[in-house]
Amino acid sequence: MPGKVVTLTSGKGGVGKTTATANIAVALAAAGAKVVCLDGDIGLRNLDVVMGLENRIVYDLVDVVEGRARLKQAMIRDKRLPDLSLIPAAQTRDKAAVSPSDMIKVCNDLRPDFDWILIDSPAGIERGFRNAIAPADKVLIVTNPEVSAVRDADRVIGLIEAEEKGPGYLVLNRVKIELVKRGDMLSTEDVLDILAIPLLGVIPEDEGILVSTNRGAPAAMDDKNRAGQAFRNIARRLRGEDVPFMPLEDNKNLLQKLAERFIKAG
Amino acid sequence: MSSFFDRLFGRTPPSAQTAKERLQLVLIHDRTDLSPAILETLKDEIIAVISRHVDIDREGVEINLTQSQRENRLVANIPLLDAPSGGRKRRK
Repeated sequence: MPGKVVTLTSGKGGVGKTTATANIAVALAAAGAKVVCLDGDIGLRNLDVVMGLENRIVYDLVDVVEGRARLKQAMIRDKRLPDLSLIPAAQTRDKAAVSPSDMIKVCNDLRPDFDWILIDSPAGIERGFRNAIAPADKVLIVTNPEVSAVRDADRVIGLIEAEEKGPGYLVLNRVKIELVKRGDMLSTEDVLDILAIPLLGVIPEDEGILVSTNRGAPAAMDDKNRAGQAFRNIARRLRGEDVPFMPLEDNKNLLQKLAERFIKAG
Repeated sequence: MSSFFDRLFGRTPPSAQTAKERLQLVLIHDRTDLSPAILETLKDEIIAVISRHVDIDREGVEINLTQSQRENRLVANIPLLDAPSGGRKRRK
């Protein structure tokens, strides 16, 4: 079966598209699928550092599109997970160096050899975004429970529906359960009410993400990391499994929970 | 953030609720590109067209944008006046 192209996009920057792309890719590859990531953020590439592959770049996507390198030459294979590869973006060019039809062609060339082709879209709704969604079979909308991020997500959902790439699947990132509980952060239900698209996953805020990004080893590689677990669940849902949404509770022990109850009741 | 006591006595709604309501409002206009001013013009023109053919209660006309899921809908509620004579009256 030819590979599926999944694009992660958001409108707003800084909501965690690149982190989500790296982690979902790692989780899919760890489960035995053949995965290639494509960094769509030409001029501001980052997927390479988040995945920890920045030192091995020789050729990039623009070299492939402009015929200086073959696809296989630009592909960096992750030594930790042999089924995972990255095609990095060019750092010294801009979005106009690639067209939507170039992206469709590159992805069609990748489909026979991979199960999943994940594209990390740049922020914004201009050329880079158009490039990233052109070849997509499925679009994941990454957002945070915050007014500006949700508003931009809504705009992007409208655009992908207009391109007949809809409905878009929601990945709600950086949820702080304590804030939700006290009524100071939009809940998953609130965001779903507003955006009205299917939910693919909810990622709790987790310091481990910063640490794993510092090291260039995505959190999904770590069995104990909660955000990593949430990304692994997303990967399973993409593969068609019916995975229940995990509770976002903190890892507090029973005694702490009882103590909290007691304080509240008092 | 509002203080615990404000919350306790219901003085300020939780900020997430405010965020949700503000988003819902702003998105209706983002999604349709229809400003309140355009809606008002639309209403006047609809009244003009319809009243050319049938008597309507101009004061009672309402034009609203509503949304369910991702569908936006322009809903017009236009009360008709009874025909002066010869028209068949609605039975109660």
